[in-house]
Amino acid sequence: MKICVLVKQVPGPDSPLLISDDKKWIQEEEIDYAMNESDSYALEEALQIKERLGEGEVVAASLGPDRVQKTIREALAKGADRGIHVKDDYPSTDSYVIAGQFALALKEENFDLILSGLQSDDTGMGQTGLMLGEFLGMSTSTLVMETDISEGKLRVKKELEAGWFQWVSMDLPACITIQSGLNTPRYPSLRGIMGAKKKEIKVMESTPQGELLQSLEKIYVPKKTKLTEMIEGDTDQVVAKLVDVLKRDIKVL
Amino acid sequence: MDILIIFEHSNGKIHRMSWEAVAAGQSLAKDLGLTTAILILGSNVSELAEEASKKNVDEVLVADHPLLERYSSDGYSVALKQIITDESPTYVIMGHTYMVRDFLPRVSVALKKPLLCDLTGYYMENGNSVFTRQLFQGKITSDILPNGEPPYLLTFQSAAFQEDAVVDGSGASVRNIDVNLDKSMIRSQYEEPFQGEVGGVDLTAAELIVTIGRGIGKEENINMVKELGDTLGAQLGASRPVVDAEWLPTAHQVGSSGQTVSPKLYLALGISGAIQHVVGMKGSKNIVAINKDPDAPIFELADYGIIGDIIEIIPKLTEAIKNAKA
Repeated sequence: MKICVLVKQVPGPDSPLLISDDKKWIQEEEIDYAMNESDSYALEEALQIKERLGEGEVVAASLGPDRVQKTIREALAKGADRGIHVKDDYPSTDSYVIAGQFALALKEENFDLILSGLQSDDTGMGQTGLMLGEFLGMSTSTLVMETDISEGKLRVKKELEAGWFQWVSMDLPACITIQSGLNTPRYPSLRGIMGAKKKEIKVMESTPQGELLQSLEKIYVPKKTKLTEMIEGDTDQVVAKLVDVLKRDIKVL
Repeated sequence: MDILIIFEHSNGKIHRMSWEAVAAGQSLAKDLGLTTAILILGSNVSELAEEASKKNVDEVLVADHPLLERYSSDGYSVALKQIITDESPTYVIMGHTYMVRDFLPRVSVALKKPLLCDLTGYYMENGNSVFTRQLFQGKITSDILPNGEPPYLLTFQSAAFQEDAVVDGSGASVRNIDVNLDKSMIRSQYEEPFQGEVGGVDLTAAELIVTIGRGIGKEENINMVKELGDTLGAQLGASRPVVDAEWLPTAHQVGSSGQTVSPKLYLALGISGAIQHVVGMKGSKNIVAINKDPDAPIFELADYGIIGDIIEIIPKLTEAIKNAKA
């Protein structure tokens, strides 16, 4: 089984987000990068599938400038067998463009299964994984909570809304997006970290972006729609004031 | 028609967010001077078509096919590609639901047309509509525009438009349209949906909810929140990271993959306010947020906010409420 995992490098949860002067993106130099959260669950699922089957290969692919190799390296340290770096110094924010670049770069690999997180923590469009599946003519499923592979068939448990689930049997090759929380992502072992240095990362030189289907005009700090009354003071003061609010204004005490 | 609004339904019931999509479509139609239609995909859906025809739209389209009786990513992708090509609307509008997220990006690729997703709204500028959506889990907002020739696919976030803003009409005409589908196009088999563990926690009816997020730090701290909840007489809610860490069962989860709540008091403790959580609680009557990060998006929609350490505040708040109640 040849498995690919898309791992996106995004600003980490505690990274500062300062809007750049042209108001098109955030100031790159200030960012602490990390692997996109749901992609780390997708990676773990890929590694577990390989372990359950007792054979196969897990390839971690990422798109962006050279810094994304750090995220690929992290995947290799956790157990991925090799990496693919789709090089683009100025990656687009249009999922259609990114999925097209991945399709071009990964087509020849003929993967049986491609996994990614359900959405990225930066743009949050939740489109790239599914679009890649469509570009490559694969069967697709999103919001996967559990996987089961036997006799060349894939069965996935999909999350529906409001606490409902559904099992779907799919043909391979398939492209699925993973919901956070379905497994416990492993930490890299010291041996894994050492071993990762020797693993191959194939660099696909600057892939053309093609036509953008949508453009980000500008970004800004959200406009406040509600008047928030901030309760200030030391701990004892804010507690006393809050109890007063609960009693007099919201009337729940 | 210029604006095609697509309905989502299960067990003969139209999804709440499909009505919100109608409100969005009607609003755009009014601002841009465009015509509207509602499309229903399925099998034996005449009752739903009748319900739709009572709204102020120019037409109701019905694509009736046995292979559309149950949702499949392949079936819906193929059918919609055909319908959108045949009808050539300017805008296609749907709610940003889990089902839509499962197939609409594929239609975008198949048609090579933009999908502007999870929109929070739009505004008019020089006669054009500029769409807004959140980035970085709600910490930043963006203005976006579709490129190239229409159609443009749009999905709106839950509660971006209000269901009760839908305008009734005087009976739109219903038109049946053909779709060309055969079994070989549908590669996946969808089993019967089932409900996960509910665990007897019904937050939808709760008057008071105390919810904890990542800010609670560690499992041992859950107990002090339980005590606060008990003292206040409130139900306990959780954001997804708390459930994923197994500090509280899934049944307590509030948000897009959990319950949607609208209590009298929603006390958000250590909740950052990611979109996935906010969509499940922004209808609360009074939102009180305590978070150590002054930039947490939860403060954007809180009625009362405290910037501070919940671990320090929670035990003192429990004591103070005990005294107030005594």
